[in-house]
Amino acid sequence: MVVPARLWPIFLQRQEEFPVHKHNSPIKKDSTPTKKEPLLHDMDDDDNNTSGHHHSLKASKTIPEDSKGKEAEKAKGEAPSKGSSIAISEEHMKPQVVKEESSKGKGKNSPKESTKAKEDTKMKEEEEDAFTEKDYEDVDDDYDDERMIGHDNDDAFARSPSFRVFFKDSGKDYHNDIGKNDSYKVPSDVDAMSPKSLEQGIRVIASRAFSSTAKEMTVRDALNSALDEEMSADPKVFLMGEEVGEYQGAYKITKGLLDKYGPERVVDTPITEAGFAGIGVGAAYYGLRPVIEFMTFNFSMQAIDHIINSAAKSNYMSAGQISVPIVFRGPNGAAAGVGAQHSQCYAAWFGACPGLKVLVPYSAEDARGLLKAAIRDPDPVVFLENELLYGESFPVSAEVLDSSFCLPIGKAKIEREGKDVTITTFSKMVGYALQAAEILAKEGISAEVINLRSIRPLDRSTINASVRKTNRLVTVEEGFPQHGVGAEIWFSLSLSLSLPGCVLSFYTYVHLWLFSASVVEESFGYLDAPVERISGADVPMPYAANLERLAVPQVDDIVRAVKRACYRSSSLAATA
Amino acid sequence: MALYLPFLRRRIGFLGMMNSTLSNFKTSVLSEKNSITTLSDFCNSFSRRFYSNKADKQFDFIHNGGDSKELNFPGGIVKFTSELKFLADVPEERIHCYRVLDDSGQLISNNFVQVDKEIAVKMYKDMVMLQTMDTIFYEAQRQGRISFYLTANGEEAINIASAAALSMDDLVFPQYREAGVLLWRGFTLQEFANQCFGNKDDNGKGRQMPIHYGSNKHNYFTVASTVATQISHAVGAAYSLKMDGRDACTITYFGDGGTSTGDFHAALNFAAVMEVPVIFFCRNNGWAISTPVSDQFRSDGIVVRGKAYGIRSIRVDGNDALAVFSAVCMARTIAIRESKPVLIEALAYRAGHHSTSDDSSKYRPIEEIEWWREAQNPVTRFREWLRGEGLWTTQAETELRDSARKEVLHAIQVAEKVEKPTVKEIFTDVYDVLPSNLRDQEKSLRETIERHSQDYPIDVPL
Repeated sequence: MVVPARLWPIFLQRQEEFPVHKHNSPIKKDSTPTKKEPLLHDMDDDDNNTSGHHHSLKASKTIPEDSKGKEAEKAKGEAPSKGSSIAISEEHMKPQVVKEESSKGKGKNSPKESTKAKEDTKMKEEEEDAFTEKDYEDVDDDYDDERMIGHDNDDAFARSPSFRVFFKDSGKDYHNDIGKNDSYKVPSDVDAMSPKSLEQGIRVIASRAFSSTAKEMTVRDALNSALDEEMSADPKVFLMGEEVGEYQGAYKITKGLLDKYGPERVVDTPITEAGFAGIGVGAAYYGLRPVIEFMTFNFSMQAIDHIINSAAKSNYMSAGQISVPIVFRGPNGAAAGVGAQHSQCYAAWFGACPGLKVLVPYSAEDARGLLKAAIRDPDPVVFLENELLYGESFPVSAEVLDSSFCLPIGKAKIEREGKDVTITTFSKMVGYALQAAEILAKEGISAEVINLRSIRPLDRSTINASVRKTNRLVTVEEGFPQHGVGAEIWFSLSLSLSLPGCVLSFYTYVHLWLFSASVVEESFGYLDAPVERISGADVPMPYAANLERLAVPQVDDIVRAVKRACYRSSSLAATA
Repeated sequence: MALYLPFLRRRIGFLGMMNSTLSNFKTSVLSEKNSITTLSDFCNSFSRRFYSNKADKQFDFIHNGGDSKELNFPGGIVKFTSELKFLADVPEERIHCYRVLDDSGQLISNNFVQVDKEIAVKMYKDMVMLQTMDTIFYEAQRQGRISFYLTANGEEAINIASAAALSMDDLVFPQYREAGVLLWRGFTLQEFANQCFGNKDDNGKGRQMPIHYGSNKHNYFTVASTVATQISHAVGAAYSLKMDGRDACTITYFGDGGTSTGDFHAALNFAAVMEVPVIFFCRNNGWAISTPVSDQFRSDGIVVRGKAYGIRSIRVDGNDALAVFSAVCMARTIAIRESKPVLIEALAYRAGHHSTSDDSSKYRPIEEIEWWREAQNPVTRFREWLRGEGLWTTQAETELRDSARKEVLHAIQVAEKVEKPTVKEIFTDVYDVLPSNLRDQEKSLRETIERHSQDYPIDVPL
């Protein structure tokens, strides 16, 4: 069931890089099955990775390289629309816009303004001090290594000698082993020196210039660094899953960790989720703190017995004698073009089970802070990542980069403050909600966007406080509508109150008027409009891109729902 | 070509070493019985194991010409044959069953691990206690005092002898028919009774149905109702022991029915690959509730599965306490010393019903049950051996049975009178720290109780 999946991260990253029409990406033609194939993909993948990370940096190319600080950030957000040569789909542009807005918003509204300002100055100083021409040279020198390891960050470990040695060595072995087969020369310099790689080179330099000024981090690196730091801090933490070691993780989240911590702490397992989830639970029963990776949470269904019956219930059933400090993590929800069995959101499923904690990170900050919290937590945690966010960069503060950084479990984050309507959402949809909020702002609607961060426990007080302020609520999720997140959907209430406004969206098919019990119970009297609930369509995910797009919420859907909630509905044609 | 020769030699050398270790193992264990290998050996085997965890590089095929007699395939060398022949589905002869005592309790060989006299007597006493406890608790269920019970009739030797062969540091992952292991480890009759009655002194705070015992103190993991999940857990915990370099192993018990689950296969495979100190103890008692083994699987029992997964395996007579004791002793040595899993299949008939929810006379002949109870009774057989050794008398027998009965009855009477767990215990332990939603619920519940105190059940302390 999982073997074909090995191919799709590559596919997806390619998509990310050449999202729309381009299928001339250098897809590996030869794939003679040998033991070393993973490495082959690995290299290949890294290659894409590097460029994947930087696709947004294509923009930087168009601006002077000495652009710094906020200017650069702004340019980055806007540039794709100026028409870079490679087509970038709407989806891929959006997060950039969001980022800009969110950081702007922060600067204006958040109480952390002073800190932020301080950081900015500090960063600038740092940059002026440290970023000399020599650094450019260094960056250039590093480039080959970067290509090999696919890391564009200044992570200490990524740059550590041992890390490089590992990859270089394995590359060498690999040539020795299969030296006669020319088709295996994947990391060959001939390829690397193509015009494309030159372009990448520039991007890398640009990205360096950029990252050292604005301190951005991809979600992938955030997760990787969080794992790394927690493993280094606590010898009881170990990773287990399919392809987490030699292959560096299906999505490279565990990159470099095998080399750093050895095969006893980064365990490649035989293929059965039921097996390694069960073994992980057993290890957690007795002293270790396993982090179990599912290649996608769809496959966690094989292991649901161990997650629910064993992990979630043991502490209670043993009356506290057996605690289960385990983390189940992996990508959840819809990716792109991977069909029904790779695209389901399980937030509501796990959110329904007492004994579990369910976290849903959106940004790099979320990913780092929540994963660290999850690993340190004494209870079983289901950590639902999103594959499409892995390659996305987010601004991160020095505080977030500190190894002691940790976020509280069960606290939502107000990503953007507003006064007219509250949008609660999580994971990838936070980005969409922020984009929607931006559009709405232009039309005079001030939307407050709450990034739930934690599905269980749910931060009811933040949601309630917000609804009491805005008097309107729109919930957004990717999962199925029935018994969806919010676990508190009360049909009886919703039916009696929703009929007047029940309009099915042309785009999503599914806009139900449902009520979240937490709000209905505590803040119903504050509501000025029926609650709008946006979710995925009530069907297994279709593969065809056009249908897939219709099956998950889009920014427009959020905009329209908010307008309805604000009694500002316009015709579909006007907004579509 | 020459370039690769050193690699090849090293590889063969490594395999050769492993081979000789394996083939010599039996003799070496027998000769060095009970002598633990040196620490450095132990550590070496560890580092070797981690080394072997890395993927082998498969480049030896380069040396094979077209006419070679063997194939160096990933995983090891395979010889070619021109014979078109399938492996047999049914073996010509079934795997033999190791036993020490004959049906009447006489030694048939000296090939067993010696048991200390005191240990032997305690083993017998605990077997009798287990029998007595089962009888009386079963009756208590019939009288409606507890909701459910499940006996270990016919499997007393498996329970007690396997427990006796382990050390207290070894972790037990039970199914549910292994109360005797806990009894051996010092769980008191009162504790058993408290659990079955779900009172406030119960280790599990009254949260589980009867017989789901668990005790951290005794390294006995709480019984789970889900069949066979404990097998994977035992492998995970064994991995934990191994990471700590502890001088202990895990043992997990399961029935013949449990071996049909995916967990069984996953656990055996993982244990073999991860090379962890775990003993898989299958109680093949012929019946999974009403499903006989002939409907459960068509292999020669369970023991042959171990071989398929690359795990050393043995079949023992589960009615022979000395055989079970010896097998587990040996398995423990292998598990800890080599950090490898071992599979034991013990044959013993389930002489009672599956549980109090079952009437096995509906699906199997009474005569069959009676024959096993009489002719193959593990307790009687062990007693005869003890007598032969001069360790047991008729008088001791009468006294033991009397006192056992009294003790069990007393425990039940006490447990019945102890009050039930308090309201608070509904909410605790769902998480390590009580989250706000549960605090809210508790507060709300208490307010409701206060408002409707006249309707509040008196048997739930506040």
